[in-house]
Amino acid sequence: MSKNIVLCGVGGQGTILASKLISGAAMNKGIPVKSAETIGMAQRGGSVFSHLRLGDDVDCPMIASGSADIIIGFEPGETVRMLPYLKKGGQVIVSSRPVMPVTAALAGSNYNGSEMLDYIRNKVEKVIVIDTEKACKELGSAKIVNLLLLGAAVNSGALGLDDEDIRKVIRTKIPERFHELNFKALEYAKKCSH
Amino acid sequence: MHQEFLMGNEAIAMGAIAAGVNLVAGYPGTPSTEVLETVAKRRPQDTYVEWSINEKTAMEVGAGAAYTGARVMVTMKQVGLNVATDPLMSLEYIGVKGGMVVLVADDPGPISSQTEQDTRHFSRFSKLPCFEPSTVQEAYEMVQDAFEYSEKYRTPVFLRSTTRVSHGYASINVKDEGEYKHNKPEGFIKDTKRWVIFPKLSYQAHINIEARNVELSKDFSSYPKNLLLNVEGSEFPKKGIATGGFNYTYVSEALKSLGDVRLLKVSTPHPFPEELAVKFLTGLDEVICIEELDPVIERELIYIAGKYQLPVKVYGKLTLDVKNSGENTLDSVMGNLTKFLGVKPPENAALTEADMAEMPELPVRPPVLCAGCPHRASFYAVKQAMKGKKTLFAGDIGCYTMGNAMPLDMVDTCLCMGAGLGIAQGVDHIEPDTSCFAFVGDSTFFAAAIPGVINAVYNQADMTLIVLDNSTTAMTGHQPHPGTGQTMMGDVVNKVSIEKILKGIGLEFVETVNPLDYKKSVETVKGAAALPGVKAIIFKSPCIAIVKFDKSLSVDHEKCINCRKCIREIGCPALVIRDDKVVIDDSLCTGCGLCSQICPVGAIGGDHHE
Repeated sequence: MSKNIVLCGVGGQGTILASKLISGAAMNKGIPVKSAETIGMAQRGGSVFSHLRLGDDVDCPMIASGSADIIIGFEPGETVRMLPYLKKGGQVIVSSRPVMPVTAALAGSNYNGSEMLDYIRNKVEKVIVIDTEKACKELGSAKIVNLLLLGAAVNSGALGLDDEDIRKVIRTKIPERFHELNFKALEYAKKCSH
Repeated sequence: MHQEFLMGNEAIAMGAIAAGVNLVAGYPGTPSTEVLETVAKRRPQDTYVEWSINEKTAMEVGAGAAYTGARVMVTMKQVGLNVATDPLMSLEYIGVKGGMVVLVADDPGPISSQTEQDTRHFSRFSKLPCFEPSTVQEAYEMVQDAFEYSEKYRTPVFLRSTTRVSHGYASINVKDEGEYKHNKPEGFIKDTKRWVIFPKLSYQAHINIEARNVELSKDFSSYPKNLLLNVEGSEFPKKGIATGGFNYTYVSEALKSLGDVRLLKVSTPHPFPEELAVKFLTGLDEVICIEELDPVIERELIYIAGKYQLPVKVYGKLTLDVKNSGENTLDSVMGNLTKFLGVKPPENAALTEADMAEMPELPVRPPVLCAGCPHRASFYAVKQAMKGKKTLFAGDIGCYTMGNAMPLDMVDTCLCMGAGLGIAQGVDHIEPDTSCFAFVGDSTFFAAAIPGVINAVYNQADMTLIVLDNSTTAMTGHQPHPGTGQTMMGDVVNKVSIEKILKGIGLEFVETVNPLDYKKSVETVKGAAALPGVKAIIFKSPCIAIVKFDKSLSVDHEKCINCRKCIREIGCPALVIRDDKVVIDDSLCTGCGLCSQICPVGAIGGDHHE
């Protein structure tokens, strides 16, 4: 098995934790992992990404254009920015909630991400859009966007990891008091993916 | 041996620990910071680790320890090496007793730096050996090799990393604790002929260094991580690729779809493994060099081809076949190699070129000060206090460089750490009618600003120093510094007071203000600016990432007149427009209260963070 995964979003959204959970789950199964992510100035509200590569025959942690099996997008515009990485037949998981940049607010722009979602739906066959804003309200926490997207990604089959693999890594990497909420988010995501 | 999933910088730290490092000193800087932090976290009890106040001091602390026979690592980013140059250039002549590895992380792009300087050049300039890993596993192993070479040749050595190695992660094989080396320093032994630099000693040392580097070049030709991959039956028998560092992984990844080609991987860019390079070049017609930043490998190969009269063409940055600035990518390297080999790249992208042309305009996201960042309030207070006056706002290096963004627009200059002080004075001496301000953070103050303050007082400048004291080194991930009263050894120590330092230098006007008190802040700035001489204001309020907030503010839409002054004036990321109304994103708002203090109709409220 060899999988190329791109996670993307805006600095501060929690892409790094999601990337850590996927790597942890893969490593528990004995799959070698290489990854690269944005650290530094861009973490302050800039565009951030993680490249994640699972499998034996991997030299470089970075992914080439047209070779990602799946893109997990935390923000519609950032997902479009990363779309050139997607391979033919690749899967996109995307949160519908836009993050308005300060530049857009200043310009009086009404950026709401819908144009971005339309483009993705138009160009990509396998798309799962998660209304994370609604989901967070229903589940009573704003901190579970990454678990919602991860749950949808697992369910799509494109990660090559199953639900139990993720639950197992949550149990070891995340404090116990959050387990129930995280598991709920995974279940919720399953429903959205159908 | 066991497996761990480590970041490149963590691997370097664990490699140093496995090599029995006794002391690690450094100054934070992306992309190098996690090396020292990991040593601090995972160190055996008798390993000493410190954040020094700057790279020069770290280098000197390291030198002293290495004189005793201790194994030492000094860590910094590439521009930090500029600060440490003075001690290092002399240390080259003196040499060391214990192994000394100078870890320098370069930043092609640059992603989080002010220059694209290449430490491999620095290695040539200083005549010090340089090791460069390609992968996380290699970084772990190479730091251990570097200690061995350092002791064998009694010289400091560079370990040069780049962002993608330092910040890449991989599951790698690491030693168990039982396999670690242990180094017991012999202690400092007095010997003025060895440890005191004098012209005569330097001359003799120079002779030795030149001879040593010839020997090292031979030694490195058989260093197993300098790799010559000869390919039998290659489709391209007359072509070769030379690369090094992280770019080796781009090349080997690209070659999976392009076919096998003779390849030279350079892991010691200086002294260059000349004998190995001659073997590589012999019989080839054309070579392409894939490397980042400067054409170091390329120039070496051209030199060697000339020296040995080898009829080979060398392509790369000098011939403009490879981009000569910025970061390479897997795609750019694939483009370089397909052109060089005359083959077609594989095509498998979901988006066609036509799809790409239809892509909607993407949101632009320059990095900005966080919601609730006290720097925003400080900048805004100075801006309002000085409205309509002729001013210079000299910025500096840190989170507060982002005070340049609209709408604050409060950074007129930024050069290097601590430079704002000097720049403000230079402008003041030429334009006495300009009100000159220098902004500096608390960590930068200790690292690089104090001599500038003394210079201003001594040379009678008129300027106002603004210290943005958020009680941490925020940009690089919240490291402690002398003002925080904590050390990397976990000790609680006396805090060094910025206010007392400034008063000790002789400043009469030194005021400490909470920048989130908008009115008082503006008044204080006005007061300071009106006085002659050197004045200082310390805006003290903690970084929002190191304290907890539980209340966010909200907009009362009954009162809000939708004038959007809040958005226009302060540009806080928590202030957004939804359905044509200003709302506060409660997942970002810290309740700092700056917007509520500037709202003309008092529409923003809630519980303030006091």
